[in-house]
Amino acid sequence: MRPGPVLGLLPFLVFIGIFLLVPTVTVVIGAFQGDDGGFSLDRVRALTEETPMRALRESLLLSLSSAAVGSVLGALLAYLVVTAPPTSVMRRAVTAVCGVLAQFGGVTLAFAWMATLGFGGLLTNLLADVLGRDDAGSAWLYELPGLVLVYTYFQIPLMVIVFLPALEGLRPQWREAAVNLGASTRQYWFQVALPLLRPAFLGSALLLFANAFAAYATAAALVSQGAPITPLLIRSALTSEIVLGQANFGYALALEMVVVVAIVMALYAWLLKRTSRWLS
Amino acid sequence: MTGSTTWRVLRWVLLLAFGLFFLLPLAALLDFSTKVPGTGERTGEAWRTLLDDPTLTEAITTSVLLALLTVVGMVVLLVPTMIWVRLRVPRASRLVEFLCLLPLTIPALVIVVGIKNVYAWVHYFMGDSALTLTFVYVVLVLPYAYRSLDAALSSIDAVTLAEAARSLGASWLTVIVRVITPNIWTGVLGAAFISVALVLGEYTVASLQNYETLPVVIVLLGKSDAPQSMALSLASILFAAVLLVLLSFLDRRRRTSGGK
Amino acid sequence: MTDENPNAGLAVSMSGLRRSYGDVHALDGLDLRLGPGELVALLGPSGCGKTTALRILAGLERQDAGTITVGGRDISGVPANKRDMGMVFQAYSLFPHLTVLDNVAFGLKLRGRSRKVRHARATAMLELVGLAQHRGRYANQLSGGQQQRVALARALAVEPAVLLLDEPLSALDAKVRVQLRDEIRRIQLDVGTTTLFVTHDQEEALAVADRVGVMNAGRLDQIATPAELYSAPATPFVGEFVGLSNRIPARVSGGVADVLGTPVPTLAGSAEGSGVALVRPESVSLVADDTGTATVLSVAFLGGLSRVTAALGDGTLVVAQLGNAEAQALAAGTRVRIVVDPIPVLVVATDG
Ligand SMILES: Nc1ncnc2c1ncn2[C@@H]1O[C@H](COP(=O)(O)OP(=O)(O)OP(=O)(O)O)[C@@H](O)[C@H]1O
Ligand SMILES: [Mg+2]
Repeated sequence: MRPGPVLGLLPFLVFIGIFLLVPTVTVVIGAFQGDDGGFSLDRVRALTEETPMRALRESLLLSLSSAAVGSVLGALLAYLVVTAPPTSVMRRAVTAVCGVLAQFGGVTLAFAWMATLGFGGLLTNLLADVLGRDDAGSAWLYELPGLVLVYTYFQIPLMVIVFLPALEGLRPQWREAAVNLGASTRQYWFQVALPLLRPAFLGSALLLFANAFAAYATAAALVSQGAPITPLLIRSALTSEIVLGQANFGYALALEMVVVVAIVMALYAWLLKRTSRWLS
Repeated sequence: MTGSTTWRVLRWVLLLAFGLFFLLPLAALLDFSTKVPGTGERTGEAWRTLLDDPTLTEAITTSVLLALLTVVGMVVLLVPTMIWVRLRVPRASRLVEFLCLLPLTIPALVIVVGIKNVYAWVHYFMGDSALTLTFVYVVLVLPYAYRSLDAALSSIDAVTLAEAARSLGASWLTVIVRVITPNIWTGVLGAAFISVALVLGEYTVASLQNYETLPVVIVLLGKSDAPQSMALSLASILFAAVLLVLLSFLDRRRRTSGGK
Repeated sequence: MTDENPNAGLAVSMSGLRRSYGDVHALDGLDLRLGPGELVALLGPSGCGKTTALRILAGLERQDAGTITVGGRDISGVPANKRDMGMVFQAYSLFPHLTVLDNVAFGLKLRGRSRKVRHARATAMLELVGLAQHRGRYANQLSGGQQQRVALARALAVEPAVLLLDEPLSALDAKVRVQLRDEIRRIQLDVGTTTLFVTHDQEEALAVADRVGVMNAGRLDQIATPAELYSAPATPFVGEFVGLSNRIPARVSGGVADVLGTPVPTLAGSAEGSGVALVRPESVSLVADDTGTATVLSVAFLGGLSRVTAALGDGTLVVAQLGNAEAQALAAGTRVRIVVDPIPVLVVATDG
């Protein structure tokens, strides 16, 4: 083996090493360090206290529900898009808008929803006018249901983007072959199309879950005080390092995030292997 | 026949519902930013004074520069590496893919938590500038850029192209820069497209590292001048959208002229 | 097997089929009849409407006008999934998420057959196409030729009234193509299903079909047995499309053409007066002769035969198909005399 060609990868590997692997290792080491710098399980054990546990539970709930709603609605929208002719303006517009909303997201979306459903928001006022209620009911935007709604707003576009290629890959011949063999539309969907789309759907839904679980900006902009979900708890840990005991707890929380996402990824890989042997 | 009519109606109803869901918050931004808080009066004040605040213009400049630098960094780091892997070290392809997709598992927030030491060195060598965020941003855009580039590379026969060029006397640098890269241009543009959107909206790292980029300033402004922060939010979404549409036109021109 | 199949040998008739896409007339009044158990190949240049005809027959596309009957029953209004036709597509169309066995059993499952019956029948079909040992594989673990065989087994498993094949072999390499086309013919004869085989490869059509239909711009120009089609083309289009033809200037009077000095009878539909005779290369011989009017340009070795190209004084090229020994004697530059066999030819008017 000559070392020559492998050396070409060096810049990439060094860069990744410094800016991705070193921080990750720092987090892992930090999570297993005591305040004196030696090995200790204190910080990891602190994860099981009530506040971090509640934040984790809420985070999981938020990610699961926004991923579930987002993937189903996103798949539906993707289907509507894919059944339009490829040249249609609607199709181009939807993919472009989805690109912006899915990636750009974050802070601005939080503000958009505050303007919609926050105090004095457009819809709040509208509902107040129609139902004759006052503004008081609108605090829910800043709690878990509100977060689910706002997250869905960027989860649907993300789903459209990642799921569209799978839908486009559904060959018309498969449908025609099925119909030719006697399948009704229903039978085609349940026996051919859905089984074929399942792996891509699961994969996309998983990406949505990870995306929601790791999302920080929207929640941070929406919830300025308190820490109902894990990412915001990390913010507290980072910004209030003066408070003793809180210091470096961020490491353990960050490790927790990585572990949760890694578990979900592994689960997905296992599921895929079991249900879709044909993919290999 | 009746089935297809029902479907057509349902289709439009659904599209309308989606359209409403996505447009409503944007309309609300416009509404809120043109209202005097408390009263219901209309005013263009927030929009008129949008660019008066120097902190704001500075933040915008910073964000745009960051987007630019990130695209450059991503292209310089990733494009040659991915081409090189295809051409010369295919056995490393799994490793590179794994590393590129890793930021999906290790999100920005985790990187921020662990990056203090690294940035101490970065600041030591390069000074304390918001533009040093570029390094982390290149990592954050890796998964998306990788997918876009990988799809483009898979659609051409890079190895044959390279062999043809080599046999005509091209150096490896020429092969990468002049032969392969022009052929995966759509993939590069796609990667740039996503990187720009992601960087312009990035808040996590910037805010926790205390740099004033556009999204950070929007949040700060939200506490003092709500209508103006709403105006700024809408403006930045529109700005990103216009930018991306422009980029996509570049892409289409390229594709149609290449097809003939 | 033939007597088990209630669908074996139904007559199919299409009459006056029309279909337009915008201002393209894909089908322009197509009439085509298939006898019970017959294999008809549909031949024609690209875009002449072959696929459209097949898809309308299968119900995957609607006709603008015209009727289709199968076994005497009008099926024009029957939806595709009730038509009972087995189709093999040009592009690979196996369901990737099902094993080979499940692919073949798919149609039977839709018809509510028990698992045992399904598997027995699917296995029998796979044995028929010689792939029983691959029953547990997925489509992406098969070669192109194997995939098309499975597709054929899948189409046959439901005992269709009609078997439709749309260029099933065009994605395969030459050797597999010949092998599989012979196999399709063997199976078709065995099962006895009325079959429509679309292809643009004339050798394929002539080799497997009972009768060959030649399509041109949305209509059927001629339908006849391969031998008839080759020896007695009904229209100039068929004459030139099927097989290789020399275009040699000729004068016709009273049904006899004068082709390079040889009197040759003409086919029905030939022009009178001066025209161009369509002469098969195997009807032409070249005799070395220093006083001859032609010069040999090149000799191409084709394996069992050779093809010799000669030029007349006015530059007209004439191709002759000769035995290798004969061709050997004719080096490029040799003066030759052209002898045309008096086999009936079609003469096309020059000013047409
Ligand atoms: N869905 C469609 N929309 C518009 N035009 C079509 C469509 N399907 C077929 N056509 C047109 O109808 C004509 C006949 O097409 P068809 O596919 O039947 O040709 P074909 O004989 O099968 O050709 P090939 O040998 O290339 O497969 C062509 O001119 C084609 O462009
Ligand atoms: Mg066709």
